[in-house]
Amino acid sequence: MLLLAGAVPVEYLPLITGKIELTEKGVKIEGHDLDINRGFEAMATSAYLTCKQFGVEVPHALVAGDIGKRDGSEKVYEHLAANLPTMGVAVLTMHYIMPDLHRNKRVVKTVQEMGDKKPFLIADAGSMYVAKTGKDSLHYDIFTPDLGEVAFLADEQADHPTYTRGFIFHMEDDVPELIRRAYDAGNCPKTIFVKGSTDFICQDGVILEKISEPKIETMEPIGGTGDLITGMISGMVHAGLDPAEACIIAGLANRKAGELSQPSPATQVQEILKYIPEALQIVTANRG
Amino acid sequence: MKWFKKKDKKKEESKEEKKPTRGLLIFSHAATVISVEEVLKDEGYEIRVVSPPPKYRTGCDLSVEIPLSEESVICGILEKIGLAPIDVMPITGKGMEPLRFIRSKDFGDYLMVRAANMKMTVDKRTKVIVNISGGGCPDVPHLATMMLGKRLRDAPNPGDVGFSLCAYSLNHAREEIIRMIGD
Repeated sequence: MLLLAGAVPVEYLPLITGKIELTEKGVKIEGHDLDINRGFEAMATSAYLTCKQFGVEVPHALVAGDIGKRDGSEKVYEHLAANLPTMGVAVLTMHYIMPDLHRNKRVVKTVQEMGDKKPFLIADAGSMYVAKTGKDSLHYDIFTPDLGEVAFLADEQADHPTYTRGFIFHMEDDVPELIRRAYDAGNCPKTIFVKGSTDFICQDGVILEKISEPKIETMEPIGGTGDLITGMISGMVHAGLDPAEACIIAGLANRKAGELSQPSPATQVQEILKYIPEALQIVTANRG
Repeated sequence: MKWFKKKDKKKEESKEEKKPTRGLLIFSHAATVISVEEVLKDEGYEIRVVSPPPKYRTGCDLSVEIPLSEESVICGILEKIGLAPIDVMPITGKGMEPLRFIRSKDFGDYLMVRAANMKMTVDKRTKVIVNISGGGCPDVPHLATMMLGKRLRDAPNPGDVGFSLCAYSLNHAREEIIRMIGD
């Protein structure tokens, strides 16, 4: 099972878990409709479409409402720490969540205790922040940082991207150096996908692929495009693709979907999401 | 004997130097600091926004460094407006300061401003917020829902509806856009 875990910006939504459905209103989980906004819902929709495209079971979700007050995030951490071994999860993607060092450490401990049955762990957004700050990055399998976030991973002292020291943040024009520092500091899992005007796919500190075409400048302001990448990677890893190959296809397909949607800086991520199936089809066909 | 006396004096001086003169105000949510910072700066206090000490860290935190001598007056001001800290502690070391990184990108009719890891984009013609991206805390999509489609002057302040460091950075982006093109 592919399980997508995180918080959604719906106040008082209880902890819910179940198979994801996609309706006209958006993502539906256990009878609750969630808008296709940015964040978790965009990632979940992208993962759902990818699973459909590759003919594998659609993802399950574990979410709770949280507008930043920590209540929902705490429920997600607690549930995972207590129940993960019995949930039959093969791939776990953790996404938007309030960083909580102590609770996340309990989730990581549970994962470690699962031995061979440990799920493949993907983290983005708040889940990636808390993994790095807790010095637990090596227990994960894929991170999907953007440029600011890879600078955060490269700064061994920062607790959050907002605390990245200026001299490191200003290295953004030298992404390979940031990647080197992030791996050397032990703050990266085996595979990372660095999202930027050029995407970098890396494994064990080595840059395997750089993707910079087609260049769609107007995608940068659009909230949620990074979430689409994380969702596609999750779906393809669940479908059995090699993690690096899943990252490369996701990077190419994201740009292709952008090209097909012809966005302006005011375009919303839903417009790009519509083109994910077509983009995946084109990219996978081109790669044979 | 003289030598010993000299040493004692140095010790005294060193103790004096280490005596905390600054204090930290600790809050439940990082974004509360946006309002606190504004209020205390308006009152003329010399403050710094910094990371709290390890025992208060959850992974998304901010605190306010104040002159310890002003603690009771400052706490009184904050209490009156419902922004009382959850704790106050004396400090000797320096906390890390949040990144003050602002960069803008012009897309013709649209202006994108990035502050640390957060980006806000507005339509320059209407001053309407059209996109918010970046960040990783769940209040980011919540903030987007509250702010998108609204003119800068009508959109809520991220400090009023957000709770995280991402909200704190987003507020800097908003302030910079207003400084550049008005609201």
